[in-house]
Amino acid sequence: MSFAKLTASTLAIAAVSATAAAARDNVQVAGSSTVLPYASIVAEAFGENFDFPTPVVESGGSSAGLKRFCEGVGENTIDIANASRAIREKEIEACAANGVTDIIEVRIGYDGIVFASQINGPEFTAFEPADWFNALAAELPVDGEIVANPNMTWADANADLPAVEIAAFIPGTKHGTREVFEEKVLLQGCEDTGAMEAFIASGMSEDDAEGACMAVRTDGKSVDIDGDYTETLARIDTNPNGLGVFGLAFYENNTDKLKVATMGGVEPSTETIASGEYPVSRPLFFYIKKAHIGVIPGLKEYAEFFVSNDIAGPSGPLANYGLVSDPELADTQATVAEEKTMGGAM
Amino acid sequence: MTDATSQNSVAGNERRTSSLYTLDARTRRRNAAETRFKIYGMTAVGIGLVFLVILLVTIVRNGIPAFTQTSFDMPVVLEAEALDPNGNRDPADISKVSTFGYNPLIEQALERLVAEHGIETEMSGADLRKMVSSGAAAQIRNTVLANPDLIGETVTFRVLASSRVDGYMKGRVTRDDLARDKNLDAEHLNIVDVLSEEGGLERAFNWAFITGSDASESRPEQAGIGVSMLGSLFMMLVVLLLALPIGVAASIYLEEFAPKNRWTDLIEVNISNLAAVPSIVFGILGLAVFIQLVGLPQSAPLVGGLVLTLMTLPTIIISTRASLKAVPPSIRDAALGVGASKTQAVFHHVLPLAMPGILTGTIIGLAQALGETAPLLLIGMVGFIASNYPDGITAGFLSPNSAMPAQIYEWAKRADPAYYERAWGGIIVLLLFLMTMNIIAILLRRRFERRW
Repeated sequence: MSFAKLTASTLAIAAVSATAAAARDNVQVAGSSTVLPYASIVAEAFGENFDFPTPVVESGGSSAGLKRFCEGVGENTIDIANASRAIREKEIEACAANGVTDIIEVRIGYDGIVFASQINGPEFTAFEPADWFNALAAELPVDGEIVANPNMTWADANADLPAVEIAAFIPGTKHGTREVFEEKVLLQGCEDTGAMEAFIASGMSEDDAEGACMAVRTDGKSVDIDGDYTETLARIDTNPNGLGVFGLAFYENNTDKLKVATMGGVEPSTETIASGEYPVSRPLFFYIKKAHIGVIPGLKEYAEFFVSNDIAGPSGPLANYGLVSDPELADTQATVAEEKTMGGAM
Repeated sequence: MTDATSQNSVAGNERRTSSLYTLDARTRRRNAAETRFKIYGMTAVGIGLVFLVILLVTIVRNGIPAFTQTSFDMPVVLEAEALDPNGNRDPADISKVSTFGYNPLIEQALERLVAEHGIETEMSGADLRKMVSSGAAAQIRNTVLANPDLIGETVTFRVLASSRVDGYMKGRVTRDDLARDKNLDAEHLNIVDVLSEEGGLERAFNWAFITGSDASESRPEQAGIGVSMLGSLFMMLVVLLLALPIGVAASIYLEEFAPKNRWTDLIEVNISNLAAVPSIVFGILGLAVFIQLVGLPQSAPLVGGLVLTLMTLPTIIISTRASLKAVPPSIRDAALGVGASKTQAVFHHVLPLAMPGILTGTIIGLAQALGETAPLLLIGMVGFIASNYPDGITAGFLSPNSAMPAQIYEWAKRADPAYYERAWGGIIVLLLFLMTMNIIAILLRRRFERRW
């Protein structure tokens, strides 16, 4: 209806008015592609329930979103940045340099990272962080010496695993997911196997040892996927021995093609992630420019709606899609209601 | 002559051992070479055709399901206590009940619907709601807000089924697939089977796919390509309004007025080179110049249009020059001969005759620009949820929007397999547009082209 009207009106192109820079009346959001599905679910429900226009949600990655967020204050900058990691000290400084001083940090919940393989593939059912470290590390200590990773099959990494060639598809370095994978799986595995101590014993400083723990082999056994999970899924579809790293929500939408493995003996699910049993999860955030509250109509309402029990609660649409609801949601709601900025004092 | 010929043939008779009708070894070899070449040619064409057929069959087979959608009739009791707690039918009060307030009504309606059809199930209303699109609550709420008198009555709504139910009706989802799926159970499918047998649940043509806006990841059943189609339309307007006048003016000058020297040669070579520049280069140029330097809004069709204009200009200039060249010099000479100035000769005589060729070139350039995705990646038209119709023409150019190819790319990335189907459906829509444009170009050429 509205479509037909618009098509007709565009034909009357001569009537273009020159008032280009009209005041913005919609909330603009950009940032993490992991948060994008959640933010768009909220934006859609927000448009349905309020008289404000539907917020505009763009993706582009956490870093890109925060960079745009920190460009300054004003109608031509975005109001909210979505991020799949906490804002960094450097970014706060960059923001401050551009006059963005009052930032409200909102944690919306947790996202689980799961390890899945082709449904008809080998029996990858249980992993420990140590298995992944042994399989993917660039260098390993063998008999007291640091050598390039000699493991060719998963059975080399852990005798209980199937003896198939290692073919792992992990998120590329531009993804926030990669950071979590490195810290919670590789580093953990490195410490569990004692490799960390071996690295330090070989004369590395602690920082270098951590770096060595998180370095991924580059001989083709591990493939960085810079695209989305659909690309990882396509790789696994064609490689029965492939193992991929996915978000919990993505896996839950594709259970007919993927089978998930436990990590540290715990099956990933919204329950085990919420309780903290499942080790590989991370918080998701969005950041609000306080200076825009009251200027951009609907900004505060959107933020409050996002963290309301109806939306972000354990039985809300976000949890249905795969977000692990934050047990401390009430605190977050208070933060938004009181417009409490980061650093507290401001 | 005749003598010479007969002498020759007499001399030849000594060499030739057979008549023209029996082939000698050399002729046979030449003929075989020709046959072989024909076979190579036909194989090449055949391989091309096979791939084309495979491509089209795949696209149609994967995309056609996107054009139908499963929906069913659901009588909902619009309870006054739930929807209008104060009982005064005040629109402000009614609008305070959010879509979440409507979910219990949907759950009750589903329980009743299941009971009416005599289906026994242990599933609660909340479980049953997995069958219905989460957009249903908004649909009912909007109806109630538009017509508060309905409160207290039972109204039958035609609601969209959820994407898994739709997938089952289309054969995409099987019972085995649902074994570990928390979005739907096999038990739901028993209900779906009964509903579709006894009427009420059916697949119908999906207009919303063509006119609708993009939806969030939790309700692919509601997503449509309409808004990004408008985005593409506004971009094409920018391209048409800029590339056609600039391109035609440049080529008229180069072809008719410019002196032939080193400079014009250089320009000519560069225009041909520009036509071969990968489109992503124009994208990064657009990002650097239009967005970062000039400060135009990101994701705006205006910027997309400007970038695509740069990409289309060489195509238009080259085809315009070719069609200007095709006008015979006698036309120009005749015009000049009766005293017309050079400008008059060009604009009154040469340009009208070249027009069909120019238009054909422009349309083909536009079709190319319509299908272009790479430069749009860089100016933020990808990774954006096109859920708002632009309100008005200015907003159409300036407010963030997607474009058809970008929308297809976006859908192909999403988690729910129902979006994958829609990506293929989007490709069909895009191909239809391209085909229409190319057919128009062919018709124009057929109708107006003149040969001298």
